[in-house]
Amino acid sequence: MPVTATTSVPDAERLRALVRDFLATHDPRERLRFLRARFDAGLAWVHYPEGLGGLGLPRALQSVVDEEFAAAGAPDNAPRRNLIGLGMVAPTILRFGTEEQKRRFLRPLWTGEEAWCQLFSEPGAGSDLAVLATRAVRDGDDWVVTGQKVWTSRAHEADWAILLARTDPDVPKHRGLTYFLCDMHSPGVVVRPLRQATGEAEFNEVFLNRVRIPDAHRLGAVGDGWRVAQTTLMNERIAIGGGAAPRETGALGVVARTWRERPELRTPGLHDELLRLWVAWEVNRLTNERIRQQLANGQPGPEGSAVKLAFARLNQRVTGLELTLLAGEGLAYDDWTMRRPAGVDFTQRSPGYRYLRAKGNSIEGGTSEILRNIIAERVLGLPPEPRTDKDVPWKDLPR
Amino acid sequence: MSTLPDLRYSDVEDALRASVRDLLADRCPWSAVLRRCETSEPYDMDLWRRLAGGLGCAGLLVPERYGGAGASAREVAVVLEELGRAVAPVPFLGSAVLATSALLACGAGDGADDCLGPLAAGERTAALAVPFATPPGAPFPASVHAEGDRLTGRVVGVVDAVVADLLVVPATGADGPGLYVVEVGGSAVAVTLRTSLDLTRPIADVTLDGAAARRVAGPESAAAALDAALVAGAALLASEQLGVAEQCLETTVGYVKTRYQFGRPIGGFQAVKHRLADLWAAVTSARSAARYAAACLATADPDVRVATAVAQAHCSEVAVTAAEECVQLHGGIGFTWEHPAHLYLKRAKACEIALGSPDRHRAALAALVDLPAATP
Ligand SMILES: Cc1cc2nc3c(=O)[nH]c(=O)nc-3n(C[C@H](O)[C@H](O)[C@H](O)COP(=O)(O)OP(=O)(O)OC[C@H]3O[C@@H](n4cnc5c(N)ncnc54)[C@H](O)[C@@H]3O)c2cc1C
Repeated sequence: MPVTATTSVPDAERLRALVRDFLATHDPRERLRFLRARFDAGLAWVHYPEGLGGLGLPRALQSVVDEEFAAAGAPDNAPRRNLIGLGMVAPTILRFGTEEQKRRFLRPLWTGEEAWCQLFSEPGAGSDLAVLATRAVRDGDDWVVTGQKVWTSRAHEADWAILLARTDPDVPKHRGLTYFLCDMHSPGVVVRPLRQATGEAEFNEVFLNRVRIPDAHRLGAVGDGWRVAQTTLMNERIAIGGGAAPRETGALGVVARTWRERPELRTPGLHDELLRLWVAWEVNRLTNERIRQQLANGQPGPEGSAVKLAFARLNQRVTGLELTLLAGEGLAYDDWTMRRPAGVDFTQRSPGYRYLRAKGNSIEGGTSEILRNIIAERVLGLPPEPRTDKDVPWKDLPR
Repeated sequence: MSTLPDLRYSDVEDALRASVRDLLADRCPWSAVLRRCETSEPYDMDLWRRLAGGLGCAGLLVPERYGGAGASAREVAVVLEELGRAVAPVPFLGSAVLATSALLACGAGDGADDCLGPLAAGERTAALAVPFATPPGAPFPASVHAEGDRLTGRVVGVVDAVVADLLVVPATGADGPGLYVVEVGGSAVAVTLRTSLDLTRPIADVTLDGAAARRVAGPESAAAALDAALVAGAALLASEQLGVAEQCLETTVGYVKTRYQFGRPIGGFQAVKHRLADLWAAVTSARSAARYAAACLATADPDVRVATAVAQAHCSEVAVTAAEECVQLHGGIGFTWEHPAHLYLKRAKACEIALGSPDRHRAALAALVDLPAATP
């Protein structure tokens, strides 16, 4: 068991018993009712407080719960489809939300009844997110938001969004931002698909035209949006799932299978590259698990960046290797039709899709260059990048 | 779902690390290591006695019934990390890991047991008489011949042999392979120090000319015992490589913060920052690989061979990269004899070759995980 060092066995055993009792008294065929009850029983994320889907237990115990439910074949909350909500929004609301916000949003988020997207990036603000221009102006009990967001994954399916907007243009860029929870069904929200290199549209442009957001849906203090967003971004970078992924998962598993089944494709150079990637992939899996064990309690640290950085590079090399290995067959593609996929899938689509989609891994969720800056500055303590715009009011910045 | 062993450090391991680190900080600053490596006594046997006997590190792998600490490969791994960080000139790998593992693998009853007590206590030191470059899974060596209890032959490039009181020698006699223990001393055993790439852990050649020997494993177990020792050595060497890499990274990060060029600390230039960020990520991953190999070894997990091949293929390259970056980013100073960077480079490169190169480990892995080579 990976949990023994920080958690007492009685806790794990008691939790196991709790899950079994739950399974004995709830019908897994009634999916939504089952998931809601699981949340109410504190078995959604055990490290959350009681009443908010948890039991206030160490985070490490989550794997015990997940294992038991998975072993029983119980329905899950589609964690792969709800990455932004579960991985990023929930920890941010838990940390900065009011009691009312936590009670209103966490349950339907966890059950998947409400889907979330992230309205951060803008045409003029990507890596330099803090320079963003979407404006939010106070009007009575509401804020009125106008601007344009871009690359917003899953905005077309989202019910709610986390939104970063400028509330004060007269102070330097980091200080004038405020963080909101935005109802995607509000009047003035327009979502347009944005087609990507793979031919489909996972992400969108989102236009915000005088969208009204009640002040009750502001997360954190006015002007404190950058600090709130840091929690979201930290959680975004940490690719840590509920349990350890088995060996040879994802694109590497696909190419390893092809290698075994198709001896005629093998060449010495590709053999060497495949073994190097196999080793690196396995080591990244171990690192993911080691960080997960370490962070059994508390907030993710910048170490998650190491895994994301390595994964992006590896996935790109692995998918490139697969195409080369397939030689002539690699020249085919499965489908260029403009579609709206249910999610990213590195195993079921064609090799060409895998190769193209992997190129997004080093851009989405912070580019590899930005991650290296973060590691260098926050982990290694090296001097920060020169910031000529630090004390300049946002409205005077060249854009 | 597969569950992985705990890859963190336990409190016991942290405490052990602290005492080893204290000892090394006190007795083994790099200036002393550098001074010593040009003398006729490349090993610090006084430090060795304190580490082996005083702190009990030599007996970590040895069960209590033989006078050892009955600890596991996980604790040994932590000691190796610290020894790597200090490029400490002590025969820990050769004696407490390789030779000791070979003797432990011989099984009771064949006489290996009596050697273990003195080794565990740090009173005596042993070496495994195979070339240091030998990978796990290598064919049983044919360089030494046994005639009854007399050994004759020559083994080149043996690690830690020059300070060994005992040699554990694989040799082949009329009835097949065996492992033998030979006492060093007397005219039938010659151990000659080589001028070595790694100044802090030199290799030596062993020549046996009818040397008196005691067989501790016969044809039925000798090859397996030797292989077990090579697996243990390779699995744990990864932790030493981690220590080497970690120290190189820390030294370099410290340096680039204080060295000014173009009016800024050179560590503020993005080209430098990004290389060090990549190196940090590599060291982070090397720790995972090394911890997993040690954990598998500690519990005789069936995955130990895969874990070892992965750890060796990965950590070898990370350590060499770290040492190379350390030299490069120190500029001219990094290339001078007076700076310790070269000691780490030499140790890292020697470790890469030791107990199988990354390429050999990848080849071993290919067989273990069923990814066969291209057929011509
Ligand atoms: C598939 C995908 C899904 C996405 N989903 C979302 C989403 O749901 N919500 C959302 O808000 N955003 C999303 N994004 C946007 C993503 O976060 C941004 O694309 C990313 O942060 C980079 O910003 P940019 O595209 O403006 O590139 P730029 O910031 O213009 O960068 C261009 C290049 O310059 C480099 N660069 C920039 N600054 C530096 C620097 N200081 N030092 C060194 N190099 C630098 C970058 O690394 C990059 O290589 C998504 C992106 C992708 C590809």
